[in-house]
Amino acid sequence: MSEAAPASSRSSDLEVRIRKRYPHPEGTFHLNVHFRAKPGFTILFGASGAGKTTILDSIAGLDGPDEGRISIGGEDFVDSEKKVNVPAWKRRIGYVLQDLALFPHLTAEQNVAYGIYDLPFADRRRRSREILRTFRVEQLHGRHISEISGGERQRVALARTLITEPRALLLDEPLAALDRRAKSHIVDDLRAWNRAHNVPILYVTHSREEVFALGEQVIVLDAGRIVAQGPPHEVMRAPQLETVAQLSGVENLFDAVVIGIHEDRGTMTCRVNRGPVELETPLVHAKIGSKLRLGIRAGDLLLAIETPRGLSARNVIPGKIHKLEQRDVIVSALVDCSGTEFEAHLTLAARESLSLSEGRKVWIVVKTYSCHLMSA
Amino acid sequence: MNWPAFWLTVRLAVIVSSLLVVIGIPVAHWLTYSRWRWKFLVDAVVALPIVLPPTVLGFYVLMALGSRSPIGRWWESLTGHTLAFTFEGLVIGSLIYSLPFAVQPFAAGFSAVDPRLLRASASLGQSPIRTFVRVVLPLSKSGLITGFALSFAHTLGEFGVVLMVGGNIPGVTRTISIDIYDRVQAAEYAAANLTALVLLVLSFLILSLVYGINRRPWAMGAWK
Repeated sequence: MSEAAPASSRSSDLEVRIRKRYPHPEGTFHLNVHFRAKPGFTILFGASGAGKTTILDSIAGLDGPDEGRISIGGEDFVDSEKKVNVPAWKRRIGYVLQDLALFPHLTAEQNVAYGIYDLPFADRRRRSREILRTFRVEQLHGRHISEISGGERQRVALARTLITEPRALLLDEPLAALDRRAKSHIVDDLRAWNRAHNVPILYVTHSREEVFALGEQVIVLDAGRIVAQGPPHEVMRAPQLETVAQLSGVENLFDAVVIGIHEDRGTMTCRVNRGPVELETPLVHAKIGSKLRLGIRAGDLLLAIETPRGLSARNVIPGKIHKLEQRDVIVSALVDCSGTEFEAHLTLAARESLSLSEGRKVWIVVKTYSCHLMSA
Repeated sequence: MNWPAFWLTVRLAVIVSSLLVVIGIPVAHWLTYSRWRWKFLVDAVVALPIVLPPTVLGFYVLMALGSRSPIGRWWESLTGHTLAFTFEGLVIGSLIYSLPFAVQPFAAGFSAVDPRLLRASASLGQSPIRTFVRVVLPLSKSGLITGFALSFAHTLGEFGVVLMVGGNIPGVTRTISIDIYDRVQAAEYAAANLTALVLLVLSFLILSLVYGINRRPWAMGAWK
């Protein structure tokens, strides 16, 4: 959608350059980011403590960066060089806080109308009823916040922010507490709203699922820095960097040393965790003896109970099931292969039909292209 | 029952507690939100009347209001009479004496308001003053009521400061607590008892009203 946006919408891009340092239990924390968010969804993705909320607070004006520049459509809110720092309440940036912060002494409708206090009463009522209808909570208008459910509160909080027609929207895990169905409904409503308004929406999350569901762009943060940026399928599917791999759910991470390069086949042989396990991996720019990190998703591993034959997969490694654990609808198997432990995810049905149990001898099958290499 | 003294006292308490709402809210606001490092000194000054003997406080107020002090002279040039031993002087002395009883409940109310609500209000385009009026004040309602009622009741029953600053002029500065003292000195125990009873009942009613309004029906039982 961002590519399809008309050229004129460039003028409403949100540009953020922030440097900030502050004390932290594990030493001083440095935040240093620079990015541009076009109208539409941009996801800020990272573990807690990566600096996501600090970025949102700085954009909203609730926290000041040490140095930097924040602007929408070329209009500066913060410019440390020119000593510009527009107070939060004059920025017209919508911010839905993680804990929503609805006003407990007001009804749902009064909450929603809170930010349009300057309009005449009739207009306030019309517009707040309208947006409550858009978010499908109009029946709640007279209720106090303590009398409505979690999902309804999320909708009221969104409506309260959107009614002010912000120039940019900041959402700090606003849907974290919702189940998947409720979440996708709200997201659809949000998208519908933004088709009419077309503002940059920064959406903070640490859920991988939400990145794929929402993002046109994703910015991956780690320890206060941007480590990857781009469309979700590029950034999240082929991790280039260890931090991305860790965050995006790669369960198997190993030290690897390149011991053979097969340019003709486009592959390399890597010794895993000082051996004896060796894996054939895709060829990357590396030399014999290069030290790398190797990541494999648990869901990409196959298990066999007999020596597999006639496979296209290049890596077949014998091992023994060391632990078998059911998590919701998947089974996690920890397989010990001569000292290197792999985690594989199977379905319940697979466990039944192979009658897997702890202590059973198995073979792990790894496709070459399931091996992701990263610089160590 | 000395009705002139009774009504004088009620008038004093109404004026003082109302003025304390006006003065106490900004003071409590500053004490709640200021980041000044020496703020604790102001906290201590505001709380002084709680621990000082009323005679000490009354003595300094008398000195400050007397015709030798700048304030006293200024007032004299303005009105033609001194502040000491007048009803106005009594009001000033009582304001200082009851200040902590208004400011402390106000400040406790303000600081109990979730700061996240203030952040939300700012991001919804509301200035700090509007946020204070629309969020902080309504959510500190019980602190405001408590502060008003406590300063009212405290002024109603004050003795030392009134005696020092106001003297004992019937109809001008003679309040009921002084009247009770006078009666006892004159061995008129029945009259003293009646007046004391009125003060006791009135104070009880005010406090019941406060606790009744602030009652939390959802309070949990004692921890077992």
